[in-house]
This record gives sequence, C-alpha cells and structure tokens, in this order.
Amino acid sequence: MRFSGWRVLREGLSGNKGWTPQWRDPEPKAEYDVIIIGGGGHGLSTAYYLARHHGITNVAVLEKGYIGSGNIGRNTTIVRANYYLPGNSEFYSHSLRLWEGLEAELNYNVMHSQRGIINLFHSDGQRDAFVRRGNAMHAQGDDAVLLDREGVRSYLPYLDFDNTRFPIYGGLLHPRGGSARHDAVAWGYARGADARGVDLVQNCEVTGIDIEGGVVKGVQTSRGAIKARQVAIVTAGRSGQVAALAGMRLPIESHVLQAFVTEGLKPCIDHVISFGMGHFYISQSDKGGLVFGGDLDFYASYAQRGNLPMAEHVMEAGMTLMPMIGKARVLRSWGGIMDMTPDGSPIIDKTDTDGLFVDCGWCYGGFKAVPASGYALAHLMATGEPHETARGFRLNRFRDGRGLMDEEGTGAQHNLH
Amino acid sequence: MRLTCPLCGERDRREFYYQGEAVALHRPAPDAGEDAWEAYLHLRENPAGLRRDLWHHEAGCGAWLVVTRNTSTHEVLDVVMAQDERAGA
Repeated sequence: MRFSGWRVLREGLSGNKGWTPQWRDPEPKAEYDVIIIGGGGHGLSTAYYLARHHGITNVAVLEKGYIGSGNIGRNTTIVRANYYLPGNSEFYSHSLRLWEGLEAELNYNVMHSQRGIINLFHSDGQRDAFVRRGNAMHAQGDDAVLLDREGVRSYLPYLDFDNTRFPIYGGLLHPRGGSARHDAVAWGYARGADARGVDLVQNCEVTGIDIEGGVVKGVQTSRGAIKARQVAIVTAGRSGQVAALAGMRLPIESHVLQAFVTEGLKPCIDHVISFGMGHFYISQSDKGGLVFGGDLDFYASYAQRGNLPMAEHVMEAGMTLMPMIGKARVLRSWGGIMDMTPDGSPIIDKTDTDGLFVDCGWCYGGFKAVPASGYALAHLMATGEPHETARGFRLNRFRDGRGLMDEEGTGAQHNLH
Repeated sequence: MRLTCPLCGERDRREFYYQGEAVALHRPAPDAGEDAWEAYLHLRENPAGLRRDLWHHEAGCGAWLVVTRNTSTHEVLDVVMAQDERAGA
C-alpha cells in the first residue's frame, strides 16, 4: 500500500476503511540467513538496507517487546551532522544525507524538519572552538554559519543575552539540522523491511546465542530455537545483557539520560537550541510541547527513570537560558538507557565469533544515526568489510588505543562521557 | 537517591562523585598483560540488577565508598568504606 495525498483524500471520503496493517505478524521460521536481535531503529534500518541494497531478504528481526518500544520511542528526536572528529563526521554526514531522502525512499512521513540547530557560545575561547568545528563541518561538505550576538538575537530574541555567568556571545547555526518524528522512523523502516520479505517477530525475547567452535549457529528465544548464519546484536541500552549470552563483555556501561516535555504551547521555539555550558537543549514538537533535556545522571542505571538532582539542574539551566520557560508546565519526564562507551563514540563491528556482529554504544546520540548505522551494519554483514563511513567504529579501539573518537576531549574513561 | 556514608550518615546523591564499577579495588599488576588491562580499564559486566560501584564522598568526608546498588530499581543495599573492602579482599 502506497501513501499519497490522493490516497489520504480517498480514504477520508470513504470512511478510512481501506487502510491495512503496515506489516505482517509472522511466526518465526526455523532458520534464517540473518537474525537481527532488536527491533528498534537501528535493527530495523539494518534489516531494510540488507534487503534494499544487498538482496538479503531471508532475515528476521527479533524484538522482545513491540516494534519501537525501546530507545527509538524514548529520545528527543534531534537530527544533526555537526561532529568534529574524522571517523565521526563522515558517518553523521552520511546519516543526514540519508535522512534528507528518507521520506521519498520509504514512502513514509517521518516528519523530518530541517529547522536548524543553534549551538550557543559564551566566551571568545568557545567562539574559536566553534569556528573550528564549523570549518570541519564545511570541510565534510555540510553546512555551518557562525552567528554573532545580534545574529542569534534575530532568531532567538527571547534568550537571556546578558546572563551574568553565561552571556551569549553568538552561536553556530547548522541549518540542515533539525528533528524528526521518532516512532515514524521505526515504523517506516519496519514497513519497508516487511515489504521486502523481512520477518518482524515481536514478543520474541532472545534467551541464548548458540555458538559452536567459534561460529554462530543461531539463537534460543522465548518462541523457540532459530538457526541463522549471521546474528547481529542491535540492542543499545541492553547490549551488555545480550552480549553476555554470547560470553562477551563489552566496553559499555549503561547510564540513564532524562528528558522532559511541557504541555502543548503555541509555536514559540522555531529551532533546536543547544546550551552546552548548561548541559541543556530544547526544541518544540509539532504538537506544541517543549521537548528538552540535559546531561546523564552519571551513575549506571537500567531503571528508565532518573533522580531529582538532574531534573532540578535541567530546569535551572532552562530558566538561565530562557526565563520565559518558567511559564510552561512540565507534563512528564522519562529516562532512556544509554550504552555509554569510554570515548563516547559507537561500535559497529564483527566480534571474535564468526558470524556474530555488534551495533551498540550509541551513547546519547543514537537517534540521528539510525539510517547510517543500519546502512553501515548491513554493508558489513553483506560484504565482510566495514562501510567507508564507519571504519572507525571498531570494537577493539580501546584495547589498542588507536582511533579513539573522543569529541569532548576528556579521555577514554567510563564515567567521563 | 541517597547514600548512607559510614562516616557521615545518610546524604544527598549530589555530595558524591561516581567513579564507576568497583574494579579499581582490583588493579592488575603493571606486567599483568594486555588482556588484564583491557578488562580492567574498559570491559564491564554492566549488570541489570545488583552491582558494586565506587563513589567518592567529595562534598563530605572525602571517603571512597563501595556501594552495592540495584541498577534496575535504584535501591541502595549496602555502603562500605573502600579501605575496609580492600583490607578484607
């Protein structure tokens, strides 16, 4: 079933009786070429690109809950390509280009909105750092515009420009950055993968990974054993538990990151605003809620909720940046489980077990990476070689110390990112 | 979340700095080899459930503490001085 304006009109006039389920609900088969553990954004996009670009359609995506019930439905939906370091910048640049063609590619409205992201700076030193970052983004082929104080004011007149501690000196505008509808990305990839023959098996928890003689043979699940030639662990947030089924330990510690949304308001924030010094960022959803968040709570957690000190800190940062936010009432808050790696960058790689792959360690930046992550993992699984945009995301980089991608420059240590 | 420091009593989480899994109590010998150091520095059990963390009572007495917590519920089960833990290990 294709979506179109004409189709919406026709269904509207005929009582919306013609819509059909977006994907099948198949029983798992006894054997597949490829099993992807995890039906979130990354797993679904991997399945989609395996089928789309590599003709590998005998694929099952095994999801413990329902499609999109993990971090893909619990994030703050920012899409951007403003990374600085080689290894990261080409990957996120590729991802943004995929985002720009995603709705046409999937025939699905993922509500990708390139409203622009403004990263604020508050000192001459920070301005220099942002000039350098902007130049790196240009060198990568992406866009960046340095705004002075008045330039920021022309876009965001409601900020507190003369804040005593963090006066606003200017900002780096990334015009192609923006946001998208998080669930729709999962649904669009799920629909596209299903249409190409991929089995999306929901309520199917993987309870064991079968390995014989260093070669993966399949998985044990809550719905029986399933054989496969290749298995990919794409379960960011729960990577440690699933990897343990294969006898592996990963360079990952799971942390909680909180997010908040206010009641629906009339349009007031047109961009994504990032206030790095306050660990605060904010945008306004299409429903009108102000969606904002801060930094990690900074302790290992799987609770999917945080503690009040960080909630208080985020509110304080919001009030510092834009006092008008005090008028808005917070509707709800939640926490996501972040796969934190020592250097803050992700992992897409083979493992020591033949046929077993991992795609994990997305820290707090997995949403924007959904298209390119699936693209790169599908390429790696189909060809045996890492995709050119994801060569740096090696599992062993911490061991040999080569090619660490530490955007914050704080060192490759577990509790620092 | 509140932690009960053995020296100071029950205190707000904000007084403490989180160091990570309590592996620092078992630092390998300098010549223990790459595998041991890789495991010590980077690889983690990362359990959903009980685990032991190292916390520093930074804004209090300055003691290093081993905290046994449930990462799925944020329940704190036990807090002991790291020096005692180390002496007993």
